[in-house]
Formats: sequence, C-alpha cells, structure tokens
Amino acid sequence: MDFLAILSNAAGEILSPTTAAFALATIGLNVHFGYAGLLNFGQAAFMAVGAYAFAIFTMQVDPTASLGWPVWLSFLAAVFVAILAAVAFGLLLGIPTLRLRGDYLAIVTIAAAEIVRFTMRTSEYSTVTGGSQGLRGQDYKGDIDALNPLTGSTYGFGPWTATAYDTWVRILAWGLVIVALILVWLLMRSPWGRVIKGIREDEDAVRSLGKNVYGYKMQALILGGVIGGLAGIMFVLPRAVQPDNFATAMTFYIWTALLLGGAATVIGPLLGSILFWVLLSFTGGLLSGLQSIGAFGDMTGTQAGQLRFVLVGLALIAIVVFRPQGILGNKKELSFHV
Amino acid sequence: MKTSSRPRRRGLWRTIAVALAGMALATGGATAVAAAELPATESTDQFTFQGIIRDGQTPLEGVEITVTGNGVEETVATDASGAWSVGVADPGTYTVSIDTATLPDGVTLRGPEFESREFTTASTSQIGVLFPFAASGGGGSTGGDTGDTGNTGTGGDTGTGDTGGTGGDAADPGGGSAATGTTDNSFWSTVLARAVSGLGFGLLMALGAIGITLIYGTTGVSNFAHGELLTFGGIVFYATTTLVNWPVWIAVIITLVASAALGYMHDWAIFKPLRKRGVGLVQVLIVTIGLSIALRYFFQFLIGGGILGLSVPRGDILNVGPIVMRTGDVVSMVIAIVVLVAVGLFLTRTRLGKATRAVSDNASLASASGIDVDRVIRIVWVLGALLTGGSGILYTYFIGANIKWDVGFTVLLLLFAGVTLGGLGSAFGALVGAVVVGLVTELSTLWIAADLRYAVALLVLILVLLFRPQGILGRRERVG
Repeated sequence: MDFLAILSNAAGEILSPTTAAFALATIGLNVHFGYAGLLNFGQAAFMAVGAYAFAIFTMQVDPTASLGWPVWLSFLAAVFVAILAAVAFGLLLGIPTLRLRGDYLAIVTIAAAEIVRFTMRTSEYSTVTGGSQGLRGQDYKGDIDALNPLTGSTYGFGPWTATAYDTWVRILAWGLVIVALILVWLLMRSPWGRVIKGIREDEDAVRSLGKNVYGYKMQALILGGVIGGLAGIMFVLPRAVQPDNFATAMTFYIWTALLLGGAATVIGPLLGSILFWVLLSFTGGLLSGLQSIGAFGDMTGTQAGQLRFVLVGLALIAIVVFRPQGILGNKKELSFHV
Repeated sequence: MKTSSRPRRRGLWRTIAVALAGMALATGGATAVAAAELPATESTDQFTFQGIIRDGQTPLEGVEITVTGNGVEETVATDASGAWSVGVADPGTYTVSIDTATLPDGVTLRGPEFESREFTTASTSQIGVLFPFAASGGGGSTGGDTGDTGNTGTGGDTGTGDTGGTGGDAADPGGGSAATGTTDNSFWSTVLARAVSGLGFGLLMALGAIGITLIYGTTGVSNFAHGELLTFGGIVFYATTTLVNWPVWIAVIITLVASAALGYMHDWAIFKPLRKRGVGLVQVLIVTIGLSIALRYFFQFLIGGGILGLSVPRGDILNVGPIVMRTGDVVSMVIAIVVLVAVGLFLTRTRLGKATRAVSDNASLASASGIDVDRVIRIVWVLGALLTGGSGILYTYFIGANIKWDVGFTVLLLLFAGVTLGGLGSAFGALVGAVVVGLVTELSTLWIAADLRYAVALLVLILVLLFRPQGILGRRERVG
C-alpha cells in the first residue's frame, strides 16, 4: 500500500477542474437551499442542461467554421446559449412548482432531473445528443483549446501537475468559482439578498410586506440554476458529455458537499466541495490499499470501492443529524422547516 | 430545533452503533457469498465482450469495435474470420460501439440504435455482442423482444455473431421489457397487451406506493430510501431461491419476514430516535437520501453491479385472446390484488387500521384520544416494508426474473409519481395513482420510444401538480 500516492491523489483533488465544477454547482445550490430555502433536488439537471446546450451548440451550429466568427466569440456564444438554456429550464421548473410546499418541490425537481437525463439518453435523438453514449470531448473542445494561451507541456508541481489544456481549464473553472463567490457575497448583502433570506425564514411575513414572493423565488431558482449550468460546462470541459454522469447521485453529492461545508455561508460550498472530493479520493485510495494488502479478507477491489459510497451515505446522515449547519454554518441562519 | 438532552443523544449513538455492527455482520456473510460467485481465477480480465461480425455468411475484416466504461477505452479491429473480443477487468456497465465508417460499402446496421449499446456485466464472464445488419444480415431477433432495443445477448451466449437474438428477456431492469406480448400485430391487440402489462406493473407498484403514503401520512417523512426496501425484497428472494435453492414458498416467507424486520429496524434504529430528538422534516428527508445512498451501494457491495438471473421460472406461456402472457404474470397480478384488498380491509375494518388513519389525519388528536401513536407508526413501518418487499419479489418477475442492485431506485420516482398523483397521504389514492402510472408507462410506448417511458410518467406527475396539486383523491388542505 503506497500511502504517499494515496495522499498525493487526494491532494490533487484540491485543484482539479472537477472539484471546481462541483464547487460552482454547490454555490448554485446554496443560493437555492441555503439562502432561499428551496429544496432543489435537480441541480444535476441544471448542469446537464448547461453542458448539453454548450456542446450541442458548438457541434451543430459551429459558428467558427460555418459563420467565420472568431474563436472567442463562438465560445462565448456557446456559453451564452448554455445560460439561456439554464434560464429556460429554471422557468419551466419554477412555474408549476414554486407555489407548492417544499417537499413537493423536492419530488418535482428530482423527477424533472430524471426526465432531462432520460431525454438526453434516449436513442430517439441520438443524432443530436449522442444517446446513452453521450458526446465525444474532441467534438466541442476545439474553440476552448484554440483560446488556450499556454504553450508549455505541463504546469504546476507535485500532485498539482497538469497538461497545458488541463491547466487552462483549471484557470477558467476556478476563475469562475471566484467570480460566483463574489457575486453571491455581494448579492446576499444587498436588499435583494435580505428579501431572499426573509422568504427562507418566513414566507408569509415577507408576503405581508408586499413583496412578490413567487417572483423572488423564481429569481433565486434561475440564478442558482445558471451557476449550475456554468458548472455543467466546466464539468464536461475536461471529459466527454455522458448522460449518466448527471444522474440523481450527482445531485446528492452536491447536497452532501453543501451540508458539509455549511449552507447559507459564502465559503461553505467551496470548502465542502474540496473536502468532499479530497475525502472521497482519500477513503477510496485507503480502502483499495487496505484491500490490496488483504485487510478485508477476500473482498474484491470493486467491493472496496463501493464501501466508500456507503460511507458517503452514512456521512450525510451524520452531518444532517448532528451538525446540520455544517463546518462553517450558523445554526440560527439555517432553517430546515418545510 | 429543540436542544437535545444528554440521554437521548446517547440513545441515538447506541442505535447507530448497533446498526453499524449489524452491517458489519452482514458484510462478513456477504463476502463469502460474493467470493463463491466469482470465478476462482483472478486474472486481470474478468469479463470478455466478444462477437463475430458477418454480413450474411461473409466475415468482415477490419471493422473497429470500441468498448468504453469504468475508465476503460479500448478499440479493436475484427480479424480475418470477423471475430473480435475485448477483455475488461471490472464488472459494471460498458458501452460497446461499432465504427460504421469501417464497414464495407453497402453494409449498414439495421438501425442506428445498434451502433452503440450499453451492456452490464452479469454472472457470466463472456458477453456476446450482436451487430445486426440491414440488408443481408441473417435472421435477427424478430420475436420476443417487446420494445426495448432487445438483442442484448447477455445470457451467456458466447458470441456466435449474427445468429439471432437471445434478446428480450435479458434486457436491463432500468428499461425492462414489457411482460406481455401479442399473437398478432394489430394496433388494438397491442394496446390491450400493453394495458394488461401496465396494469400488472401498476398493481405491483401500488404495493410499494401504499408503504410510502402510509409512512408519509403518519410521520410526514417522504422516504427516499423506500426503493431500497423493494430492492431488499428482490435480493433476499434471489438469495433464498437462486443461491441456496430453497423452495419458493419458504423463500417468499423469509423475504417477507426479513422485509418486515428491516422496516422495524428503520423505525427503531433511525426514525424513532430522530422523532424523539425533534429533528425537522427536511433534515429527515435528507437522512433518507443518505440512507438510500448507503443501502444502495451496500447492495452493490453484496451482489455486484451486474444483472443476476433468478432460478425460479416465469411460468408457462399463456394465450388469452390476442394477448400472450406467462402464468407468472397472472399469478403476480392476482397476488397483488388480493394483498391490496386485504390492506384496504385492514385500514377500514380493523381497530388498528382505523387508528392508523386517525394518526394520518391528525396525530395530536389521535394521541389525545388514547391512540399509542408510536406503536401505530412502528406498525406502519413494518407493514410498509412488508408490502414493499413483496412488491420487490413481484417486480423481479415483471422485468424478466432478474435483480440488479439499483432496481428499487429506478422505480422509486415512479412510486412517488403514483403517490403524488393519488394524493400524498391517501392509501387509496396511492393505489389509483400507481395503476395510472403503470398504465401510462406501458401505453406510452405505443407512440414514443420505449426508453422514454419513465420520462412520460414523471411528466404526468409534474402536469398533475400543475393543475391539481392535491392529487386525484387528495384533499385541498394538504397542500400549503
């Protein structure tokens, strides 16, 4: 068992683009649940919508080749299309559900997320969506790769070494995380943020002050959803688009990261995502290391790998029961009422 | 939230410790089972995808096949005899695709859906993959497969190429094939066959849905771990029939008892301590999500990621009018109806059933009138788990006598759709809702792709919430 390699792999997760994408998605969910009190269990669908809109626009319209647009413009256009798609999905989801009680919203968002996944997955539209196989990375990474200002072969040191493309994606993804954090921080100190938090605490009180609660909830849902859509783009830049990556499991991991770091805090989602991935990698490495030296008897390596997801589930239970405010949160800020 | 007093906290810790110990115990037993299943040779390639690419009788050389999944991406070309094979180390789901550009001119696949398909490794180590061609491509599967892409060939056939489908029955449970077919292909007999199949699906879902709705009604908890109770029933039934070969009736009894015990454990070890602690409903909802993740991966840990076939046959083929079904399907429907009637009588005629409905209506009032609310909730958990475990047995048959670690989670959202459709908290609503969802799911395949049918059911759920949020039989005040 190579303990150093396990630690190094775990440390590598701190800066990985996947962690950045998760941090973004968690920041979006924090706007939903932490600040506005919306029980959104479909955050993975916002990511899927963003990722697919970005990739399909780049592949089907391909403005660089077909319209002769400069590379940066077609990249921004694809991002813009993804944002529009996330807004549209937010409206679709919000209109029927935001008037309903919290647990209904939970069931509907999770159902909508699965509808998105089934639709992307079906062989019916596979010429556009790639069906269950998804879309190949090289088909939509052209623009972003052409924009890459880095020319060397590898950057970084130790566990944080990456290729030029990977480093470029990391810079973009973490840059976006920082922008999103500042945006959320500023918004939540603004009058808008106070109304949002008021809705979380007592919807009727806010309504009696003459505020349009439905409208504010919708704005919060769309804002968090757009951040989730951008997270989707960042999630697929280092890999291919796979419909099953956006299953409910991803939503649940985002929730675990949010509750771990602390809902209704600015930094909580970032801390939670980093900790989640580092711990997942570490326990995975540790379990497979222990398995390889025979600590678990005749358990296979795959089984050892599954144990860590059992641990994720138990950890989620323990956090919610014993420390619902997470690491950074304030218990008074967090309201878990339906 | 209320501040928790010391002894209560210790109580919760104790129960968690007990639960963990129980899990560890089960782990010990499970590894033995799993070890017996796996082949003794620990070579790196446990599973092999293989096949022979032939156009009619002519083998095609140089056709490229790619296998991706679980971090593996391997492309091979067929040899002079048209044969190819790709070995992979880990069980799981892989995508096998053919590069149509490498096919000779004039040779095309029978449909675009064959270009790339997903296979999940099962108990057999060799998985045959068929790529049927359009024009002269040998007799493919014409019968048997009722809707899914069929032709999966996971049933232990060793890759004889285009000799026809092992098809239909081995389809993955996520998109399992319908249970009934037709003797002729006229539209109305297809409608009838799908309706019967949908009714069967709806009835078995109703068993699970009533569990969800009773638990919701009495405790306010939306149990996202309910699908795992269904999987649990299927797995215990698989273990008792297929692994140890006990008679079916003993297996059924053991499954039901084990399911009831699991329901009791749920309440005793997790939900009762949480109630005593005064933990909020949203927190409990997230607890059930955590429980669902933990149980689901624990099941995968026990039985692996593949599809396992049950040794109990599905019964003889039966022709009723234009419909073809199996005796097993009829038996499951009859069982489901009998159980549902029994539950209905229990809820309306017995003291305990009336107490359950009273707690559902207003727990404080019920408590004030002398009903032991905790006891009622405990009974509801046991009854709900028992019914869901039973529906787990029936579901393994509905999808073709097999079991997979996440079948329950696949059905869970449909169960919720049924429950919401009927009206959260109403047992009879759940029955109606589940049957509607079953019918919608199966009948929708007449017009749209089979792999979208669950999406249609969930869409119906959203539409119902839009126009009648309280559900079909629900009451207005239940929605805030």
